[in-house]
Amino acid sequence: MSLFSSKNMKLLSNPLNDSNPITVQVLGICSALAVTAKVKPAFVMAISVMAVMTLSNVIISLLRKTIPNRIRIIVQLVVIAALVILVDEILRAFVYDVSKQLSVFVGLIITNCIIMGRLEAFAMANKPWDSFLDGVGNSFGYAWILIVVAFFRELLGSGTLWGYPVMEKIGLYNIGYENNGLMILSPAALIVVGIIIWIQRSYNKDLIESK
Amino acid sequence: MNRSNLYIFTYASVMVIIVAAVLSLAATGLKPFQDKNEEIAKKLDILRSVEKGLDAADADSKNDYVEAEYDKYITESFVVKSNGDLVDGMDAFTIDLKKENAKDVDERTLPVYVCSQENGDKNFIFPVLGGGLWGPIWGYVALDADFISIAGAVFDHKAETPGLGAEINTPPFQDQFKGKKIFDDSGAFTSIMVNKAGIPETIHSVDAISGGTITSKGLEQMLFDCLSVYQTFINAQK
Repeated sequence: MSLFSSKNMKLLSNPLNDSNPITVQVLGICSALAVTAKVKPAFVMAISVMAVMTLSNVIISLLRKTIPNRIRIIVQLVVIAALVILVDEILRAFVYDVSKQLSVFVGLIITNCIIMGRLEAFAMANKPWDSFLDGVGNSFGYAWILIVVAFFRELLGSGTLWGYPVMEKIGLYNIGYENNGLMILSPAALIVVGIIIWIQRSYNKDLIESK
Repeated sequence: MNRSNLYIFTYASVMVIIVAAVLSLAATGLKPFQDKNEEIAKKLDILRSVEKGLDAADADSKNDYVEAEYDKYITESFVVKSNGDLVDGMDAFTIDLKKENAKDVDERTLPVYVCSQENGDKNFIFPVLGGGLWGPIWGYVALDADFISIAGAVFDHKAETPGLGAEINTPPFQDQFKGKKIFDDSGAFTSIMVNKAGIPETIHSVDAISGGTITSKGLEQMLFDCLSVYQTFINAQK
């Protein structure tokens, strides 16, 4: 079986749409609300989750035949926690300002249900390469939602993108435009996620439950 | 599959030891970088109390920019005792305020930073450290050349509630301190009160943060505790 067979590509592409961890499985919502007020922290969070999810998926998959069934959740947690601490240390060493903004949410990657979910549901029963693809796929599924939400929240809430004052440069303030303060607050993330789910379901009929 | 208890115990022990080794290696290896970041953050806080270093976020190399600004404006720093005497041979920058605050007032070694403005004015900058609701809060208070009114103040916190207590590190809160006086007309130390809305604002008080009462009161206490010990020193400068 080739490395990029159609079955393997499905592992990558499914989480982006049909089984998206945020909009379809509604996992990892907590961090999606918390870190999406600006694009930059959302981006760093996405990268961090990607690193943790992919690596833990591969590690657990490599160990899957040795892990005693009775303590498998503990083993998964230790692997995730160790990786998260590593990520946190690296962020504090190299992107200090962003790590201050993300503060506790990096630590909370440990409790991100997407990661535990993928380990338990996929990595425990599949080969490392498949698990790697599954990890990358799911973290991209998480990442693109995060970035899209952050894009709208930062643009409409602060009038900037990646810190660049877009609204000011195109001169909207001069004609009476004002930033929408609601977009900076967490409820706005729920609203944006809700709109994404709405759009997704309106063109992807597979997702609509039969009545 | 079911394994023997011995296997499970061995597995868990080995796993924990490996993880511990990896994490401690990483922590030790990255420590120099993290310390550097904290040093830069501290220098930037000191600079911001006198409204310098404001372009740090846009600078190509933040570290270089902050170092350059710090060397340019913070021309002196020294260590004093609460009776106003200078202490020789100590580096103000490396003093751990947390340890100093735990000592008796007479034994504390207190850091002072001096900012020299382009027009020749000097601002003395005093570090403050106290407790908020969830963790430590700290800041830097710069005095005008008259040693009575505040030229600027910055505060930061470890873990105050976002949107409430955490607002102490935002400009709207900090800007209130500019021009406020920590001594009254007779020269007695008054510190700065942080009052709830409704109490009329005076030249010795600022408005507290709604919903951040404990942080606000902690900040008031911090200003009193950490600035009062400099009284003798400040009076000697006037």
